[in-house]
Amino acid sequence: MDDGKISSEQVRHVARLARLQLDDVEVEALRGQLDAILGYVAALDAVDVTALLPSFHAIPILSPLREDVATPGLTRERALAAAPASDGEGFAVPKVLEGA
Amino acid sequence: MSEPSPVAGVVDTAEAVRAGEQRAEDVVAQHVARAKARADLNALLHLDEERALSAARAVDERRARGEALGALAGVPVVLKDNLCLDGVPTTCASRILEGYRPPYNADCVERLIAEDAVIIAKANMDEFAMGSSNENSAFGPVKNPWDLTRAPGGSSGGSAAATAAGIGAVALGSDTGGSVRQPGAFCGVVAIKPTYGRLSRYGLIAFASSLDQVGTMTRDVRDGARVLRVLAGHDKRDATSAVEPVPDYEAACAAPVSGLRVGVLRAALDQVEDPDVRAAFSAAEQSLRDAGCDIVDIELPHAHHGVSVYYLVATAEASSNLARFDGMRFGLRVTGDDLLSTYERTRAQGFGPEVKRRIMLGTYALSSGYYDAFYIKAQKVRTLMVQDYQRAFERCDAVLSPTAPTPAFGLGEKTGDPLAMYLADIFTLPPSLAGLPAMHVPVGLGQASGLPVGVQVTTPAFTEVRMLQLAAALEARSGYVCAPPALFGGAG
Amino acid sequence: MARAYETVIGLEVHAQLKTATKLFCGCPTDYGAAPNTQVCPVCLGLPGALPVPNERAMELAAIAGLALGCDVRSESRFDRKNYFYPDLSKGYQISQFEHPLNLGGHLTFLVGDQEKTVGLTRIHVEEDAAKNLHGAGGGAATVVDFNRGGTPLIEIVSEPDLRSAVEAEAYLRKLRDVLMFLGVNDGNLEEGSFRCDANVSVRPVGQEEFGTRTEIKNINSFKFVRQAIDYEVSRQVGVLESGGRVVQETRGWNDVTGKTFSQRSKEDAHDYRYFPDPDLPPIVFGAERIEALRKAAPKLPEQLRAEWTSEWGLTPYDAEVLTGHPAIAAYFGEVAGALDAGGREPRAEAGKRAANFIQAEVLRDVKTSGLDATFSVPAADVAELLSRVQAGTLTGKQGKQVFSEMASSGEGAEAVIARLGVQAPISDTGALEGDIRAIIAANPAQHEQYKAGKTKVLGFFVGQVMRVTKGAADPATVNALLERLLQE
Ligand SMILES: [Zn+2]
Repeated sequence: MDDGKISSEQVRHVARLARLQLDDVEVEALRGQLDAILGYVAALDAVDVTALLPSFHAIPILSPLREDVATPGLTRERALAAAPASDGEGFAVPKVLEGA
Repeated sequence: MSEPSPVAGVVDTAEAVRAGEQRAEDVVAQHVARAKARADLNALLHLDEERALSAARAVDERRARGEALGALAGVPVVLKDNLCLDGVPTTCASRILEGYRPPYNADCVERLIAEDAVIIAKANMDEFAMGSSNENSAFGPVKNPWDLTRAPGGSSGGSAAATAAGIGAVALGSDTGGSVRQPGAFCGVVAIKPTYGRLSRYGLIAFASSLDQVGTMTRDVRDGARVLRVLAGHDKRDATSAVEPVPDYEAACAAPVSGLRVGVLRAALDQVEDPDVRAAFSAAEQSLRDAGCDIVDIELPHAHHGVSVYYLVATAEASSNLARFDGMRFGLRVTGDDLLSTYERTRAQGFGPEVKRRIMLGTYALSSGYYDAFYIKAQKVRTLMVQDYQRAFERCDAVLSPTAPTPAFGLGEKTGDPLAMYLADIFTLPPSLAGLPAMHVPVGLGQASGLPVGVQVTTPAFTEVRMLQLAAALEARSGYVCAPPALFGGAG
Repeated sequence: MARAYETVIGLEVHAQLKTATKLFCGCPTDYGAAPNTQVCPVCLGLPGALPVPNERAMELAAIAGLALGCDVRSESRFDRKNYFYPDLSKGYQISQFEHPLNLGGHLTFLVGDQEKTVGLTRIHVEEDAAKNLHGAGGGAATVVDFNRGGTPLIEIVSEPDLRSAVEAEAYLRKLRDVLMFLGVNDGNLEEGSFRCDANVSVRPVGQEEFGTRTEIKNINSFKFVRQAIDYEVSRQVGVLESGGRVVQETRGWNDVTGKTFSQRSKEDAHDYRYFPDPDLPPIVFGAERIEALRKAAPKLPEQLRAEWTSEWGLTPYDAEVLTGHPAIAAYFGEVAGALDAGGREPRAEAGKRAANFIQAEVLRDVKTSGLDATFSVPAADVAELLSRVQAGTLTGKQGKQVFSEMASSGEGAEAVIARLGVQAPISDTGALEGDIRAIIAANPAQHEQYKAGKTKVLGFFVGQVMRVTKGAADPATVNALLERLLQE
């Protein structure tokens, strides 16, 4: 099984990067599905792209930058309205450990 | 000549309201009633009756005061649930945003309201616009109004089903790889995906930023043209929105098409097996020939890589775009032992399987050691696809193709095989990857399936006028009317 | 005996760009506002919000690049740096990774009296993170304030060309000076608008390759930079001398203990998955635009010092003092320029007059904070006052008196002169001669003493003249007249 494009270990590593908790069943299911998709996209290996630039946007975009002028934002009440937790001043989040 | 659509569309409604022949409140009330009657479709996630009626009354009052009304006066609009509407639940059909009310309006919402349209509901969709059948909604699948056992297409399935069923004169959807065109094909409505940058993405909850465009779904071409004219234009809040003049799209619908060169992907067409799709294409080709178009065979040699390129590029962008759904500032939070486990649990419980699969694929494609092989490689093949179109458009003015390889498939038919589902987008992906305007035009009902079928028209960047011109010609010659059998039946 | 080690330091400085609004949205960047009152959907990373780059931020970054000898790129690009952290609203930071605005460059500065030049790797533009307020809300949770989130920064990355903590400090002071003079950054370390990360390693003297480095994060004072580097160097030497190996890691600086500490997270190694931000097209600055910015950029201290000593009659010391702060330099420039424009005396005299007066009077009570400085009297008013002294309608002494009154009352020179009834000095010899002759005649004894050689009594006569003229006589004229008339 592990001679495919992606190993269970890699699936776990990617899930950690993406902050997705997966159980073993999900890891195996995803491994199989990603394997099939990566097998399909492997067809791109045969395409010669020498001297080509990537198209991050298909159409060249030239739009003006923003003037350095303040625009109205949100009141604190509106900003915090959707917060899962807040102390009325800021967004309350699980404790962040900084430093020692 | 064709019979009129059983439900008044955008232009007719707006003109009637502007002329005082109809009150916006009555129009909206009728649509709300139809929405309630067709709850069986599960096309809507949020119906805001009170808000809609009071907005409609405000339009009527303005007319009573003698004020001139906008181009969409009293037109009832359904918004895909990934478009932000101030203070109204906007969930992307995801548990992670259940109950979330954005504190601002999308640019296209502001433009609609400025022209006196009335937003009546938020439409169901595939979660975060990821899917081709609307079966990836956390709030249940949408049913196809033409056949309740079939999928409405996706990801804008709710928008398409609502439009076909006469709920709203227009629905806005979003199209990343075919998400308005393919459901448009499945539900038999006109679906326009404008040029990338033609209109603002501000307030459209992103799936894949370099591909996403807001699109329109209407029951005829002229309605789509009018709405597009309202939505199009530069927005200072979207750095990818184009600074291009906005022509009169509605006028384009009446322009003759004779002399236009229409390219046909003969080789790709030969691989389509469905008889209804083949017949619809042949009929469309013949009607354009009859209208005086020159039909030329063209090739897009790299178009068959569309699915691979798309699923690497779109998932990579999505993996990053969806990082903000982390349970910290809005939406679902599932508290864990610490910060890390809170992130992991929130996202594990908040996202559905297809969204997780795509986040995983995209994260992998960007990760150290794979970035060049997958992401950059895909973007380079995308360059080849862009060049294919540039060459094709030296020989033709537009490309005609099927929109989807089959008519609406059955609910549950493809849910077990993600890759098979991805292949449903084979014709809609290349224009998206090249940033081009493309639209679905229904041309009739299939003889074998009895379901709507139609074609896709693709033209060069910012030539929506030409695209609409051809679409209007196809529509006029097809005699197609969007009238699903159940529209006035059942609970209606 | 222990081996000798060489220290190798590279610095990464984050300097906040002096803009009115954030890098990608129109929220103000004012420091010290109540938490989450300078926020919007964009900087909160709300679903559907999109970034649009601030033109002024890009210009300021280019100005910094031009002044520091960088290759300012005509096309640069923003990338996403992906990682999860509560102070990062979108789950990624928008930064410039592969195609930064400025490449290369260098900074020359003095270490003691030795000149040193350090190479720059790059200067790129990025957005700042929000601020985690700890302890608020009972201590169990962290509270996040997004006011700072999205503030524009440049990151100035040096080559590993620094060899001691002293050099590092001199480099930082010079860099801060340059950025402040350009108006790019307010140099305010306390408010965090100029922060430093130090990459430190040691190697035995003579060894070619670098030792393993550690990165000390977020040091916010010059003193702490020196202390942190010195501590880290001795720690690394200690590790090596005891047979250990330095671990490549991120370290924090604790200014209470005076030590650095390991900040290795328990999470796996970072993989930031940089890729071009699909919401942002490339930033294009054509050659013409870059040339225009080069011309419009303010002058740097060394340019000003060279001009002021060669043309404006300043001593190197005066020039040093007056280029100590951009606002003071601008103040001098305005005053000296106005005096020079009057054309009453050579430029060097006007420069000296302005420099002397500003150092003696104005700088006594100037207050600076970041790029701002508060002067008790505006430069234009001082220029006006000094032009009266220059024209001889006020004595130098009167000028100082009037200035002091202007500073305390806030009035202009003319109003103060009128209110105090300050008389223009009488330098008309005809008008004074009669008074002086009368005074000499009334004091024959003193006159005799003077003629007998006791020239000290001249002072007595001056005093008498001043009393009679109520201090309005021009001292130089009085002296000259007395010396002539007393001889008669
Ligand atoms: Zn903001």
